Amino acid sequence: MAQTPMLEITALEKRFGTVEVLRSIDLKVGRGELVFVIGPSGSGKSTMLRCCNRLEEPTSGSIFIDGRNIVNCPAAELNRLRLQTGMVFQGFHLYPHMSVVRNVMLAQIKALKRDKVTARTRAMDMLDRVGLAHKADAMPSELSGGQQQRVAIARALALNPKVMLFDEPTSALDPELVGSVLKVMKDLRAEGMTMLVVSHEMAFAREAADRVVFMDGGVVVEQGPPEAIFGNPQHDRTRAFLSRVSHHAGAE
Amino acid sequence: MPGIMEMFFNLDIMAQAWPLLLQGLWMTLRLCSVVIGLGLVGGLLLALAATSPRRWLSWPVMALIDLMRALPPLVLLIFVYSGIPFAGVEMSPFVAVAVAFLLNNSAYYAEVYRAGLQSVPAGQSEAARATGLSKAQMLGHVVIPQAVRNVLPDLLSNTIEVVKLTSLASVVSLSELLYQANMARSVTYNSSPLVLAAAIYLVLLWPMVRLVSRYQRKLAL
Repeated sequence: MAQTPMLEITALEKRFGTVEVLRSIDLKVGRGELVFVIGPSGSGKSTMLRCCNRLEEPTSGSIFIDGRNIVNCPAAELNRLRLQTGMVFQGFHLYPHMSVVRNVMLAQIKALKRDKVTARTRAMDMLDRVGLAHKADAMPSELSGGQQQRVAIARALALNPKVMLFDEPTSALDPELVGSVLKVMKDLRAEGMTMLVVSHEMAFAREAADRVVFMDGGVVVEQGPPEAIFGNPQHDRTRAFLSRVSHHAGAE
Repeated sequence: MPGIMEMFFNLDIMAQAWPLLLQGLWMTLRLCSVVIGLGLVGGLLLALAATSPRRWLSWPVMALIDLMRALPPLVLLIFVYSGIPFAGVEMSPFVAVAVAFLLNNSAYYAEVYRAGLQSVPAGQSEAARATGLSKAQMLGHVVIPQAVRNVLPDLLSNTIEVVKLTSLASVVSLSELLYQANMARSVTYNSSPLVLAAAIYLVLLWPMVRLVSRYQRKLAL
């Protein structure tokens, strides 16, 4: 029997009032796979990602993480289920009133009930992994955007998630800081982390993604290996989007 | 006509009145600690309820907060002190005063906290929830500490108002600082005890007023 995918979305629908944001989304992310989701703004990419840890409540459909449907799980179990997914946000959202290391320790202690010493050791390991062990005692406001985002990644990784969800992780960064965050993501992939990434970093997608998914208007228009999507897109909408983006990238 | 010094700054009279005023100060401090202590906690609970997404909870609480802020504190005080006993509820004067001021002040603290809670970006609670924290943990470790920090000067301002407010209790003969000073004035036929009481309020509150100003300047930077 083939291994179950780490993340499987089936027939996912999401409506805000009468607005249909997602329509029958089907998507699989295999173990250790890095899947990139691209598409114009308003296409529902971020909403889909946020459904995967129920920051948004799906209207219908299923989302299986490691074979378990998280959509129908009772509220009491939700907190524990959320530990399976690590989320990285566009705006970092580090806790500004805590030092870097305390940011990485908080959920370990409160949600995973690790003792302080274990949590600190794990936090330092994770900070080391993203190259920021020397900033452990700094406050988030003392860090650059790229450093803050790497701390946010460390904060998510410290909880041993099965899947990492990245919601436009580099969109709020100055161009010269993007590379450091992408490098961390590449390292994660090399270590076998399963990742679902919503991003506009096309060059990175081309280089690092196992699969690229193009979304538009709340549906998955097409998906495939990066060479296929970027080199030989099958749909007009994909072609139109890619030419807009590459034009934009060329102008920069 | 007696001189101004003798009428308002008579040291002999102040010395005579001092023990009485000290008793009053003690009562004022007791009242303040109850109203401020419970007000800070009650206000936070009200604010959490008022910002709750559950309307059956937030609407009545908002209405209560509005009502308490719209009622003059003296009206509330006299109602609780003199009105409620008609319903057969017996309260000591201290309790009646504390209840009236607590109702009034929790509402003011609640408004301050509410502004603080709303000043914390939604991303903060999302990050907390995404890392598996429960709602209580999210509030306790992520949202409330930031909310309080953001409105600390306003919480302090409101606390100053509470201390000043307690002087209203003199109207219902609770022997706090102003009441005692006024007593001393009427026995001595001299206004110096009132001046002394004013000085005590000043010594009590001036450092807090300075602190608020400093804090607000710092935040403005």
